[in-house]
Amino acid sequence: MHPSLSVIFFTTASGAGYGLLALLGVLAPFGLLPADPLFGLVALALALVAITAGLLSSMFHLGQKQRAWRAFSQWRSSWLSREGVAAVATYLPAGLFGIGWVFLGTVSKAAGLLAALGAVATVYCTSMIYRSLKPVPRWHNRWVVPNYLALALMSGILWLALVLQVFGPRPELNGLVPAVIALALALKLGYWRFIDGAPATSTAGSATGLGSFGAVRLFEAPHTSENYLLKEMGFSIARKHAARLRRIAVVLGFGLPFVLSFVPVVAPGGPAIAAALLAAVLGTVGVFVERWLFFAEAKHAVTLYYGGSVV
Amino acid sequence: MTSLPTGASRKRLGLVIDLDICVGCHACAVNCKEWNTGGVAAPLTDLAPYGADPDGVWFNRVHTYEVGEGVTGRTVHFPRSCLHCAQPACVTVCPTGASFKRAEDGIVLVNEDLCIGCKLCSWACPYGAREFDEDAGVMKKCTLCIDRIYNETFDPEDRVPACVATCPASARHFGDLGDPDSAVSRLVAEREGFDLMAEMGYAPTNKYLPPRPRRQDAGCTGASARLAPAAPAAPGGLLGWLDRLLSQ
Repeated sequence: MHPSLSVIFFTTASGAGYGLLALLGVLAPFGLLPADPLFGLVALALALVAITAGLLSSMFHLGQKQRAWRAFSQWRSSWLSREGVAAVATYLPAGLFGIGWVFLGTVSKAAGLLAALGAVATVYCTSMIYRSLKPVPRWHNRWVVPNYLALALMSGILWLALVLQVFGPRPELNGLVPAVIALALALKLGYWRFIDGAPATSTAGSATGLGSFGAVRLFEAPHTSENYLLKEMGFSIARKHAARLRRIAVVLGFGLPFVLSFVPVVAPGGPAIAAALLAAVLGTVGVFVERWLFFAEAKHAVTLYYGGSVV
Repeated sequence: MTSLPTGASRKRLGLVIDLDICVGCHACAVNCKEWNTGGVAAPLTDLAPYGADPDGVWFNRVHTYEVGEGVTGRTVHFPRSCLHCAQPACVTVCPTGASFKRAEDGIVLVNEDLCIGCKLCSWACPYGAREFDEDAGVMKKCTLCIDRIYNETFDPEDRVPACVATCPASARHFGDLGDPDSAVSRLVAEREGFDLMAEMGYAPTNKYLPPRPRRQDAGCTGASARLAPAAPAAPGGLLGWLDRLLSQ
């Protein structure tokens, strides 16, 4: 699948934003975060800016951007439509949560939990868009939803840790960051292990129905140059670098942030802030690389008609 | 509405494509392009049609495969277009209601005035039936020539999709696959027509007929089992010696 930059930026940025929003909505009402309005302003602004930038970016890959509002209509059948509805609906409790916290000095439990619920629901809908696509077996499996949720939580908690280090470290939350990173890494490794070992869903034989006559090989393509199908669904540039990119994603996105998350324990203050900043940036870059791979490694069934043997 | 129609008619219009007969001439693809670039989905945009890498929207593509090895190997020409599935995920994933399946005859269409060009429907189709029009910013697909098959200004025999009308080998058939007594349904039953990628669960309406068994014995074609040598046997003696010498 073609890794469209607008979609990868969208899922990475809004994933981090929703992860951060969910953590703020759950932790703040229970007094686990500083009640300082300035902390609330910075943390919520960071979450909402990431979410909004991601959502706007997602519109850049549309062919008819001015009709984007129509995407809210088919929530009964379409996960993309549900994602849009959930994304917009989440702004309401998130906005009320922010107004209460920043301007009125009250951290509302109801608004916080509703905002967190909306954030989780939106990321869930995003992941279900991919999870529901049968023609892409590397997406149509049970690892995809937990991966999206865990990676959103991980990138969210890395940014939360940064804001916390600046405004008021909470030592009792120190253990949470490496725990979430470890969980996300375990799920990512599980996903890679699964897609590497999964049996073929479809073959050139089943795609053409000619498998019973013997091995099916493409003799002549229907067209001489690449068409939309090959550009969009037949993308294969990154696959030869997949192993190296996976190592880069593991080291940058998970390994280094994991190590850096222990800096506040041994060296609070300035070094802890620098470490948290580096961890948040590296973690986000790692998720970006991982998301790029998620697309580039995914084979679409239509490639079976163009010389592919299995998906 | 991108939910699938409930209480839909039993009618399921579609195509039956005979892989035994198709000669791979691409006439179906060309006539499809010709008709539909002036039809409801017009134009079927071409990008750089005379450039080094021409690209464009086609509803019908003809692939050619080699199948099997040795004496049982064969060349199979394989036209590929929308299968108008009974369970079309391309319809249900659509966020805007642009993609829909008609209740009355099962034809899957795109309302281009509602399409936002998110391309998700093309991701949801395992058969590559949908092609995005970069120029118009919307998705396009086979309409089963809905502007021909119900066109009362045409003679009845012409009320078939352009690909069917033009096929010089009669490898393509159009009809109601929801009616077990229709000519196309009987053809499918008789020739053991099959679904493409049945494992995906899309329940395609269009069916493909398999190549018939290869005729490997000379007797099947009426030719004599062994041909007489075209050249006389090599001469012996002096002339033979000269022939061998000069042939070295």
